[in-house]
Amino acid sequence: MSQIINVEHLNYRYPQQDTDALTLTDVSFSVAAGEWVAIVGHNGSGKSTLAKNLNGLLAPVSGQITIDGQVLSEDTVWDIRRKIGMVFQNPDNQFVGATVADDVAFSLENQGIPRETMLKRVDEALAQVDMSAFKTREPARLSGGQKQRVALAGMIAARPKILILDEATSMLDPEGRAEVLATIRQMKADSDLTVLSITHDIDEAASANRVLVVNDGQLVEEGTPAEIFEHGPALIKMGLDMPYPERLKAALKRQGVTVPTTYLTEKGMADWLWQLISNK
Amino acid sequence: MMNKLIFGRYIPGDSVIHRMDPRAKLLLSFYFIGIIFIANNWATYVLLFAFTLLAIKLSGVKWSFFINGVKPLIWLILFTVILQVLFSASGGTVYFKWGIITISQLGLVNGVYIFCRFVLIIFMSTLLTLTTPPLELSDAIEYILMPLKVVHFPVYEVALMLSIALRFVPTLMDETEKIMNAQRARGVDFGEGNIFQQMRAIVPLLIPLFVSSFNRAEDLATAMEARGYQGGEGRSKYRILKWQARDTWATLAFAVLTVALVGLRLYV
Ligand SMILES: Nc1ncnc2c1ncn2[C@@H]1O[C@H](COP(=O)(O)OP(=O)(O)OP(=O)(O)O)[C@@H](O)[C@H]1O
Ligand SMILES: [Mg+2]
Repeated sequence: MSQIINVEHLNYRYPQQDTDALTLTDVSFSVAAGEWVAIVGHNGSGKSTLAKNLNGLLAPVSGQITIDGQVLSEDTVWDIRRKIGMVFQNPDNQFVGATVADDVAFSLENQGIPRETMLKRVDEALAQVDMSAFKTREPARLSGGQKQRVALAGMIAARPKILILDEATSMLDPEGRAEVLATIRQMKADSDLTVLSITHDIDEAASANRVLVVNDGQLVEEGTPAEIFEHGPALIKMGLDMPYPERLKAALKRQGVTVPTTYLTEKGMADWLWQLISNK
Repeated sequence: MMNKLIFGRYIPGDSVIHRMDPRAKLLLSFYFIGIIFIANNWATYVLLFAFTLLAIKLSGVKWSFFINGVKPLIWLILFTVILQVLFSASGGTVYFKWGIITISQLGLVNGVYIFCRFVLIIFMSTLLTLTTPPLELSDAIEYILMPLKVVHFPVYEVALMLSIALRFVPTLMDETEKIMNAQRARGVDFGEGNIFQQMRAIVPLLIPLFVSSFNRAEDLATAMEARGYQGGEGRSKYRILKWQARDTWATLAFAVLTVALVGLRLYV
């Protein structure tokens, strides 16, 4: 599989910073087309900074970023931004349009896409996130989850190859979070989308093919969700909320029950519990 | 309260007036304010009132909204009218005279006319804001400002700014409400004490509001840039305005009104 994102020896420092310390130090990784990669790390570890470097919202001190075969530079930045859709944390602060349809059309307007095409794509995108009924609503009359789905519809309409989610579900209630995650899974199933999701949410990280752990501006670990989740309580240090099955295992262990050391999904945990009880 | 001022104003509907092109509505409303000054006798005012009331009737909006539009301005209107009555050039029968204050028949008549002008202007602009969503108004303003592009006035940017400002009004209202509650929980009294105490109470409200607005603005700018916004040039438009037959008819109606006003002014 071809590498759609390739980051080599990326160093970044905020210009307004007073120290010489780097915010990102020698970050290198690549992501294959169609992959879903989760980035985890505690607050202030540099995840958002990394994301903003990928589409040129921030310019690195050194290092090279290649997106879909194009090296990121001043000349290619607008092309690359077209290939990357980014959804941010706060649903309110990224809603540009005065109505749902206007917001979905915003990226298309920026690309100068003809109106006929826009009308069609906006309707399709809204149908895909199940928000067609809200087309003329103002953002003030939408829930957080609905706003994030509108943001996703904006991405669907603009047809990026890569979707970066910077804690896109963190301000939502569990229900809104589930809705948004379901929409992302659907989007991924419909097209060959590459997803990079920055998250503290274990369910979101568990949806990924691979997890990257960032600590203090450096990539410290990578692995499949199952491999990473085996760390148990150390996960909290990595900025993840412990998954429910792991919390349950820790609690059982304190009660003197011998628990498996491998990661179990909720379903796997339930099966194991059944076995444990029936063996007694 | 602000919310009611700006947003509670638009009354959704499906009347001819609602469906008119916002550019036509905006321009004709301004034109109407201009031709009010042609009126100088009772016949012309009667005609203007008949025209305005017909437009209101067509819009299907309840009368009470228009009366409510006049209410907050009533003291200003009465003040102006009284000045006009007391100090305008005297003419006709003089009823009362004391120093520079004169109440004459002409002064009284002028006062009534001024009152009529105020009411007409308020009725017409209320009709505009009640039947046009703010977003359409901002679109109309964009079109109307378009000629300024020749002098490099950033028309697209101003229009986008306007629509973003409108979009954020309810968000900031909610935020204000939240901050007010947070400050109340800390013992701040809003709307109590004398004017200075009330103003003092506003400070702990404004500062957090400013800080959060700047944060929002920064986030929004980042999001816009990430979505490929590079300024107004080269953008296509999702929302467009359509001039239709009814807009041409409305314009004709105003032309006829103008001719009739001039006629009545000259021959009555
Ligand atoms: N605009 C800025 N100017 C200067 N320093 C900044 C700026 N934004 C972030 N930083 C610093 O850079 C570091 C990394 O921040 P970043 O926002 O990338 O963290 P994060 O991993 O996204 O955290 P969170 O999980 O809280 O979103 C932090 O120490 C932060 O203080
Ligand atoms: Mg962040």
